[in-house]
Amino acid sequence: MDTMRDRFITTTSQLLDEDPRLALVLAEISRDGFGPAARAHPDRVVNVGIREQLLIGAGAGMALTGLRPIVHTFASFLVERPFEQVKLDFGHQGVGGVLVSAGGSYDWPAGGFTHMSPGDVALLDTLDGWTVHVPGHPDEAEELLRQAAAGDGRVYVRLSLQSNERARPVGAGAGFTAVREGTDGVVIAVGPMLDNVLAATEGLDVTVLYATTVRPFDAAGLRRAVGDHRAADVVIVEPYLAGTSTAAANDALAELPHRVLGLGVGRAELRKYGEMDEHLAAHGLDARGLRERIGGFLRR
Amino acid sequence: MTNTTAAPARDHRDMYRLMSLMTGAEKHGPAATSTLDVLWVLYDRVLRVTPDTVDAPDRDRFLLSKGHGPMAYYAVLAAHGFFGEELLPGFGSYGSPLGHHPDRMLVPGAEIGSGSLGHGLPLAVGSVLGLRAQGLTDPRVWVLVGDAELDEGSNHEALAYAGPAGLEQLHTVVIDNASASYARPGGIAARFEAAGWSVASVDGRDHEALYAAFTAPHPGRPRAVVAHVDPKP
Repeated sequence: MDTMRDRFITTTSQLLDEDPRLALVLAEISRDGFGPAARAHPDRVVNVGIREQLLIGAGAGMALTGLRPIVHTFASFLVERPFEQVKLDFGHQGVGGVLVSAGGSYDWPAGGFTHMSPGDVALLDTLDGWTVHVPGHPDEAEELLRQAAAGDGRVYVRLSLQSNERARPVGAGAGFTAVREGTDGVVIAVGPMLDNVLAATEGLDVTVLYATTVRPFDAAGLRRAVGDHRAADVVIVEPYLAGTSTAAANDALAELPHRVLGLGVGRAELRKYGEMDEHLAAHGLDARGLRERIGGFLRR
Repeated sequence: MTNTTAAPARDHRDMYRLMSLMTGAEKHGPAATSTLDVLWVLYDRVLRVTPDTVDAPDRDRFLLSKGHGPMAYYAVLAAHGFFGEELLPGFGSYGSPLGHHPDRMLVPGAEIGSGSLGHGLPLAVGSVLGLRAQGLTDPRVWVLVGDAELDEGSNHEALAYAGPAGLEQLHTVVIDNASASYARPGGIAARFEAAGWSVASVDGRDHEALYAAFTAPHPGRPRAVVAHVDPKP
């Protein structure tokens, strides 16, 4: 199976062939994979070198002339390092574009904290108007990338090496989809957290919602899942900073007594290397850790 | 160079009247007018953009990166008919489109919103790339930066890329009023030269010298003009 990043390269290379409005801006990362696309479209595939402020500024400048830029590097250097460029060069200038990150929270644990970006979605959440896609499978990544490329708005697509066993349908409506129905509570699994959430909630009487688009947050979908219960217990399991969507869930349930547990990557720096599975376990995001905390929260 | 500016010819000295509509002051010191002559020459004789072509794909673009002290910019835009001078007295007030830093979503004729320093040159690089990718190799992109603004590292990412990339459509004018706290004489021109730009240094108050520097050919290279004005007090 190819990775989401592999699929990003093949899909974007195709899209560049099909849509003259698209441009791709790189800062060395994934340069080799886009070699054929760069040769086919030398003016629409631009590598600015290791210059991430320019990466964002140049992408936004292309958008000012009417192109739709797809801008890509590791999440740490796409969102965190040039954050003011993301805020001003896209948002304040009022232009659209697609930011596509690789690396996620700990795709390369041996690379250490400099290459970990658990805070990317929380940071973008301080800005208005960003759609945030968190695919859980390369097929979903392809579909969401195609949607993002065809649109006009500001879109962040967060790719990761963490992936679910199989792809799920990604609707155009961007709403949460019910994977399992139950009555004791609602567990929202974001992107690649789904398989671990399904394993963790095996035998529990809970509804599991699957989310590949977290902004906008599908408040109506969450309320539908709660149904006519007079109170709601909700768990959100995200592959980035814990609690990133807790406020959104609270807002969605403002009319109802409710409890929300936000699970995800911890704030404290682990200073550990190793493999992704070890980091998932360390943050309590493996099936065992999730089961313990979800069961405790629901008192099951 | 064709001057396609359609608005009625205005006297350069009228800028002071227009600026006084914003500031209430009869006279303006060197700091408030450091960009004035450069802006005047650009809009009067160099830029191929008019109120009728602000959305034309093949217009020249002027990006005011140094958004501080935009009175001279607003005065020049008003003088050239991009908006009416009746907007000037509202400068900075709640409902005015004219802030103390310009916002492209509010100011007719403004290509970018600025204020945070170091954003214009990267946006200008992207604008050239975007134009070129659409086969629009005739329009020129101009960006105005301040000498102290060049302290921001984002500018250096942009200028170090633009030279080797040969972005001939890109033009930077640096208003040098010696306001950077740490700088060496000639350092600005040297940095652009080292990155492969075509560079000229001129008196930023001399309209003919500015015009000559702005219109000199620079095949295959971006152009930087360092315009020296009176040092900031």
